[in-house]
Amino acid sequence: MGSYISSTAVQQREMLHEAGYKDFEDMFSCIPDRVKLNRKLSIPGGMSEMEVSSRIKSFAARNTVFHHIFRGAGAYDHYIPEIVRQVTAKEEFVTAYTPYQAEISQGVLQSIFEYQTAVCELTGMDVSNASVYDGATAAAESIFMCTAPGRMRVLVSEAVNPRVRAVMKTYCHGRGVRLETVPCRNGATDTAALSGMVDGSTACVYIQQPNYYGILEDADEIGGIAHKSGALFVTGCNPIALALIESPAESGADIVTAEGQPLGLPLSFGGPYLGIMAAKQELVRKLPGRIVGQTVDSEGKRGFVLTLQTREQHIRREKAGSNICTNEALCALTALVYLSAMGPEGLKRAALLSTSKAHYFQKELAAAGFNPVYDRPFFNEFVTTCPCGSKTLTDELASHGILGGLPLPDGNILWCTTEKNTKADIDEAVRLAGGISV
Amino acid sequence: MKLIFEESVQGRSCSILPECDVPAVTPEKTRKLPLRLPEVSENDISRHFTELAKNTHGVNNGPYPLGSCTMKYNPKVNDAMASLEGFTAVHPLQEPDTVQGCLAVLKTAEKTLCEITGMDAVTFEPAAGAHGEFTGLLLIKAYHESRGDTKRTKIIVPDSAHGTNPASAAMAGFEVVNLPSAADGCVDLAKLQEAVGDDTAGLMLTNPNTVGLFDKNIGTITEIVHNAGGLCYYDGANFNPVLGIVRPGDMGFDTVHVNLHKSFSTPHGGGGPGSGPAGCKSFLKQFLPGSEIVESDGKYDTKPYPQSIGRVRSFAGNFLVVVRALTYMLVLGSDGIVQAAQNAVLNANYMRVKLSAKYHPAFGGTCMHEFVLSLEHEKETYGVSALDTAKCLMDYGIHPPTMYFPLIVHEALMVEPTETESKESLDALIAALLAIREKIETDPEYVRSAPHKTELKRLDEVQAARHPVLHYDFASSGGPK
Repeated sequence: MGSYISSTAVQQREMLHEAGYKDFEDMFSCIPDRVKLNRKLSIPGGMSEMEVSSRIKSFAARNTVFHHIFRGAGAYDHYIPEIVRQVTAKEEFVTAYTPYQAEISQGVLQSIFEYQTAVCELTGMDVSNASVYDGATAAAESIFMCTAPGRMRVLVSEAVNPRVRAVMKTYCHGRGVRLETVPCRNGATDTAALSGMVDGSTACVYIQQPNYYGILEDADEIGGIAHKSGALFVTGCNPIALALIESPAESGADIVTAEGQPLGLPLSFGGPYLGIMAAKQELVRKLPGRIVGQTVDSEGKRGFVLTLQTREQHIRREKAGSNICTNEALCALTALVYLSAMGPEGLKRAALLSTSKAHYFQKELAAAGFNPVYDRPFFNEFVTTCPCGSKTLTDELASHGILGGLPLPDGNILWCTTEKNTKADIDEAVRLAGGISV
Repeated sequence: MKLIFEESVQGRSCSILPECDVPAVTPEKTRKLPLRLPEVSENDISRHFTELAKNTHGVNNGPYPLGSCTMKYNPKVNDAMASLEGFTAVHPLQEPDTVQGCLAVLKTAEKTLCEITGMDAVTFEPAAGAHGEFTGLLLIKAYHESRGDTKRTKIIVPDSAHGTNPASAAMAGFEVVNLPSAADGCVDLAKLQEAVGDDTAGLMLTNPNTVGLFDKNIGTITEIVHNAGGLCYYDGANFNPVLGIVRPGDMGFDTVHVNLHKSFSTPHGGGGPGSGPAGCKSFLKQFLPGSEIVESDGKYDTKPYPQSIGRVRSFAGNFLVVVRALTYMLVLGSDGIVQAAQNAVLNANYMRVKLSAKYHPAFGGTCMHEFVLSLEHEKETYGVSALDTAKCLMDYGIHPPTMYFPLIVHEALMVEPTETESKESLDALIAALLAIREKIETDPEYVRSAPHKTELKRLDEVQAARHPVLHYDFASSGGPK
């Protein structure tokens, strides 16, 4: 049996005695017998570290690790610089709690302040929080920064990732928010339909940029439509794309959310990921979650503390805007180290490589009979037809160690590339796909 | 310490990515806004974050008796298992036959937690404790709605509860009824009886409660709520001391969450990622978020829950945190889990008894994993507050206890040593607290101006809130633009 208890059995007996108990049973006599389990847990007995390590490794070995991934749809296989893993494995960062006690937590607090700065730079927003759970919960939380009495309608584009929309729907249940879907036309938000939907009761318009199908939305126009009726404009982003495409600030966004996973976090079967949230200055008191601010100590030296806490659940309780407490601090640190290692030019290159390869891939796939479904500007994802049936396609690619694009419910395929996909890998995937007899 | 942005030198960079091997394509509308990310070398990065780490106190640096947070030692094998490529390189949208290992991890962890909590199903979608609470409350909501029982709009929450409880209830669209605690810190049965009715959706409770006591009346409490037609939600934040001894399911709870980053030894990462799996009895199972993992002939597949409340997160949860927790549960096993609980309670009571000579525990008798001291007397007599005492502890290399919680105790310090502190470590912790108590009488000003040995002295939180500076100001720095 394994154990991480430091006191020896002899010490435990001494301590029991000094605390006034005969034994453990005596100590637990304050728990009524009728609710006690009074039997052993029906789970296996403990094992040594060596045995457990081998057991867990056998689980890991049952997964297929694809070294060539052409699938995104909310989780992206970008290159992770080695320094990122090294820094984020430092035990102090890994094992600290939320930095409630500032004087003993300056390292964590400063790293969050730096993260907030990096997020403000990326998005062009004025303020960022210290993170929420993931991109979808960031999107859901942003709704409640926008709603107000008389403005309880929320318009979400159909071209937003369906998983994100599902989380938004769950969060709205029972809170009096009317969540409505703005239809798509040719793979992008239908702006004419949107114009007809927005009115004085609209709290916000939410789009994803690039959208679920990889298409670059006309964010300027959508922002304009939202603002004309006094609604707020919220954009869900791919943080790597932000180095290259028009920033949300430039297209008029009031709130920006993002799935931060592309910034140095491994795919990890879906988590831990990182929910990025940033907003304009005037919305700062509606921003949920932890926020770190700069201050001075009693000797005038610069330092950092958790601040604006009167927004939060531990003070406001049921009147708080959100219940969030634990967030994704170590993932925010990961993103910060990633952004520092990439720098402005490196991040731009990741974006440029990702989109360039997608354009090359799309052209080559078309030549192999997988035709583009939408005819609009796109970033690093795009949809094609699938002449051979999506299961045949993904099985064939999988048998060559390639994770193909995501089969969509309508039979089309959503493809993705990042800087990790070389021209040679793309050519090979196209050759295999094109070789499948219809 | 300089900010990484202040270390930036124009033109400096790390070499990470290759040149483009296909024709370059730039979008039609490009970013015009400057992108002032740090321009630094790898050496700069390594030194900068090593410096930040030096100014961070983790469990590995010393005792961390932060009440209600269960800061136990985080075994390193957990982290090693969570870094296996077979887990980290798996895309969440891979076909089920290519993720059998991930599904096996989740199913094994689910079965184990079902036995430990006395529940019938567990979802790992919730990413933290508060997220688990939200999920459990939506199960309660879905249950009443499925029966057409729409008048049940109220959730009862004791005034001693964690702030997340009422906040989660409000987020799930419930009205919160605050239940005043009895003088002993436990649930006032008469007041509970008055509070329940045909508008009661449920009750949220921790047991052991937030003053560290096991509420003996728990069977009666859950019965009162059930008799009124409500359901009972167990907040697993304080589950560590009763693992393998009492199960929420046997106490009458219908749904629970547990914090893998508390009771199950996964690290807190400076504020996350955590994991707050939510469990429920079988009559609530069909409402769970996402999909059920089903096993047949050793093969795993996923099957959406039929009347699901929907998703609470994009994918199947903070998976790598679950890998860590499963590793821990396998190492401890049936006996080790109970021993962890026993020693968590022993360590707390050992400290409580030794400190009682000089400090005032807010409540008498045996505590569970933590106990609450009240420094009301010290504040009145010597003008030294709970906050001053907490700050002074930092000079001993010890992280302070939780302060000013629960709200029902004045000048509260909540101490939770956890089972992984040795007797020697506890003795040092006790000695430090007693030395500070002595100082409170002999030199109160010293305690009031603590800490004295940290890099920074006491920080001005009022100024931070009054004049918020929430990011680096590139313009005023004179540094890189």
